[in-house]
Amino acid sequence: MGTEGLGLEITELRLGLPGCGDERKEKKRVFLDILGGDSGDGAGGDVKNRNIGVAVGWPPVCSYRKRTIIKMYVKVSMDGAPFLRKIDVNGYKGYSDFVRALENLFGLGDECEYIPIYEDKDGDWMLVGDVPWETFIETCKRLRMKKRVSDGGFQT
Amino acid sequence: MDPNPKRPKTVDRVDSVEVVNSSESTQLLCSIDPNRKRAKTVDRVDSAESTQFPDEVLERVLSLIDSHKDRSSVSLVCKDWYNAERWSRRHVFIGNCYSVSPEIVAARFPRIRSVTIKGKPRFSDFNLVPEDWGADIYPWLSVFALAYPFLEELRLKRMAVSDESLEFLATKFCNFKALSLLSCDGFSTDGLKAIATHCKNLTELDIQENGIDDLGGHWLSCFPETLTSLEVLNFASLNSEVSFDALEKLVSRCKSLKVLKVNRNISLDQLQKLLSHCPQLMELGTGAFTQELISGPVTEFKNMFSNCRNLITLSGLWDATPLYLPVIYPACARLTFLNLSYATLRSDELANLLSHCKSLRRLWLLDTVGDKGLEAVGSCCPFLEELRVFPAHPFDQQIFLGVTESGFVSVSRGCPRLRYVLYFCRQMTNAAVAAIAKNCPDFTHFRLCIMNPGQPDYLTKEPMDEAFGSIVKTCTKLQRLAISGLLTDRTFEYIGKYSKNLETLSVAFAGSSDLGMEYVLQGCPKLRKLEIRDCPFGNAALLSGLTKYESMRSLWMSACNVSMNACRALAKEKPRLNVEVIRDEDGADDSQAHKVYVYRTVAGPRRDAPPFVLTL
Repeated sequence: MGTEGLGLEITELRLGLPGCGDERKEKKRVFLDILGGDSGDGAGGDVKNRNIGVAVGWPPVCSYRKRTIIKMYVKVSMDGAPFLRKIDVNGYKGYSDFVRALENLFGLGDECEYIPIYEDKDGDWMLVGDVPWETFIETCKRLRMKKRVSDGGFQT
Repeated sequence: MDPNPKRPKTVDRVDSVEVVNSSESTQLLCSIDPNRKRAKTVDRVDSAESTQFPDEVLERVLSLIDSHKDRSSVSLVCKDWYNAERWSRRHVFIGNCYSVSPEIVAARFPRIRSVTIKGKPRFSDFNLVPEDWGADIYPWLSVFALAYPFLEELRLKRMAVSDESLEFLATKFCNFKALSLLSCDGFSTDGLKAIATHCKNLTELDIQENGIDDLGGHWLSCFPETLTSLEVLNFASLNSEVSFDALEKLVSRCKSLKVLKVNRNISLDQLQKLLSHCPQLMELGTGAFTQELISGPVTEFKNMFSNCRNLITLSGLWDATPLYLPVIYPACARLTFLNLSYATLRSDELANLLSHCKSLRRLWLLDTVGDKGLEAVGSCCPFLEELRVFPAHPFDQQIFLGVTESGFVSVSRGCPRLRYVLYFCRQMTNAAVAAIAKNCPDFTHFRLCIMNPGQPDYLTKEPMDEAFGSIVKTCTKLQRLAISGLLTDRTFEYIGKYSKNLETLSVAFAGSSDLGMEYVLQGCPKLRKLEIRDCPFGNAALLSGLTKYESMRSLWMSACNVSMNACRALAKEKPRLNVEVIRDEDGADDSQAHKVYVYRTVAGPRRDAPPFVLTL
C-alpha cells in the first residue's frame, strides 16, 4: 500500500490482538519456514518416500487433472466457530495457495491467530506444512484451525 | 545493414542446427531487416557450383514441405539447399528451449511466422521439478520482437509465461493471430485480458491445463466488438465465470469459429443458445452437463445438436448424468474424438452412449467405466486408434478397483487398429499383455501404468518382463513406451534388442542393475528422450551413454544412484551437453545427484539457471 513511511500504520484497521503488528511478519515467516519455503515441490520427498509407497508424483497423473477430477473434500473446523466448513484439498497448487483459501473460508485475512492442523491417516494431529504437498493431500483426513494464545503457544 | 551477410563458419552440426559463433550471431541480429531479401547465389562469395535451377524455384518447392524433420534433412543436402530451406521456413519447432538460443534461431531463420517451443522436462507435470526452474518465454519474445515483428503464431508447452510476457506479446506483434498454452504456468487471467484486448486479428486462443491464477472471467469481455476472426476458443480449464452475454455475442459474430471449448460454468441452456449461433462447429467442449431444475430435460435439449453437422470432437461433459447424456446421441455418429475423461460414467452409461458412436477413432475415459465399459468399447468401436483410460482415484486404493487386464484385452479384441494407448490400472498379467500385443501389432505408443510401484503379475507373481517383451517384439512400429510394474533388467534387454523405432522411453521403479539402462542406451538407435525415476541405475549406466546423449534430445534421471562426480565426468567429456543437477532442498547428501537433467545444446550453459540448478 502507498501509505508506508507516513506513520499511518498505527491507524490501520486489522483483526488481531493489539501489538500484533510487527510480530505478524515474524510469525508468518516462521510458519513459512515450517513450510520449508513456498508451496512444497517434494524435492526431498521422493527419495525418502521411495520405500513407503507414497512417492511424489506417482501415479503420474498431471497436476491439472489431479486438481480437476479428484475431489477430496475434508471437513474444517475452527475454534469458536459454530459450524464446520468443507474444503477440497486437491484444488490447490501448494501450501501457500491452500492456507490462503483456508483463511478466506473463515474470513481471517492476514490473521495470525490461527494455525492449521490436520488429522492424518493414523489419527494423529499434525501441523500443516511438514510433509511435501502431494503427501499432505493424500494423508489429510480433516482439518482444524487451532487458536493461538497470546504467548504464542496453543490453546488446549 | 548488410544485405549480403557473410555466412558463418560451419563448426559442427547437431541435428542440423548449425553452431554459430555467438559474436557473429549478434552481428547478424543487429543487421536484421524484416524485409531483407536473400542474397542471390551468383553474388555469394562461396557458392561452389552453379545450381541446377534458380534459388527462387528451389525455395518455392521447399516451401511446400511442412514437416520439420524433412526440412532438417533438406538442409543437410548441400549449402544451397541449406540456404533455400532456411529462407523458406515459416514455422520453427524447438523441442527443448535450452537446446538453442533465440538469437541463433533468429539468425538462421529470417522469415518465421510461427513458433512452437517446449520447455520444462516432462516430469515437471508430476511436481518433480521445483518452481522457478526456468523456461521463461520472455527472452524469446524480446528477440522475436526484433526478428519476427510479424509473428503470427506461438504454441508453448511447459513454459513459464508471465502476464508481462503476454502483454508484450499482445502489444509488440501487430499481426499476432494464434496463441496456444499447454501446461504452462506463471500467468493469470490478466494476461489473457491483454491478449483479448490488443490482438486485432486473433484467430486462436487455446488455454489448456495450465497452472493459471484465475482472477475472474472479465478477460473474455475484453474482446472488442470488432473482433470477428476467432476460429479457436478454448477456456475449458479456467474456473471463473465469464459473462455469458459477452460470450454469446462473440460466438455470434465469429462466423469462422471451428473450435469452442467452454468451462464448467456454462449451463446446458446457455450451451444450447451458443450452439444455435455456431452450427458450423467442428470441435465442442461443453460446460456442466447437468441442470439443477429438472423439467423435461431431454425434450428441451434434444435438438441441441441437430444442426451441428460438422461436429467431430466432443469433450467437457462435466458431471454428465444418464438423464442428460442422451442429448448428445444425435451427434455421436459423426464423432471421431470423444473425451469423457472428466465425466464419471459407469459402464452401462458408457455402453449406451458408445452404441451410437460408430466412427470413433479416439476415446478418452475415466476408469469408473470399469472392465464392462471397456467391453462396450471393444464391441462398438472397431475403428478405434487411440484409447486413454485415466484413474478417477489414483491415491485411494480402497475405493475402486477401476479397470484391469481384462478390460484392456476386451478392447484389443474389438479394436485391432489401436495405435495409441495410455492405461492406468491396478493389476496386470504378462499373458494379457501378450494377447494385447498379438491383437494390436500396430502400436506406436504404449503407455501402461500399473499404479502400485513394483507390482508383479498378480496371478503368477512373476515380474512383468515378458509383458513388455511381447510388446517390443511384436510391435515393430513402437515409438513411445512407458513401463511399470515389477521389472528386472530383462525388460531392458528386450527393449534394447527389439525396439528399433523407439524414440521416447519412460521408466519408474524398475530394473535391477546398471545393465538395464545400458541395454537401452546401447540398443535403441532412434532414442531421443529417456526419463527415469526411482531406479537402481548408477554411474556406470550414466556414463555408458557418453556417445549417445548428443543424438538425443534429453535424459532425466531422478532418485537413482548417480553421483556428482559421475555427472562432472560426463560434463567434462561432452562440452556440447548441458549436465544439470537439481539440488535437493535438504542438501542432505551433497555427493549424490538426486535429479539430473542432461540435454544437448548449441547455446552453451544456461545463463538463467536458478541457484538450485547446478550446471556442471
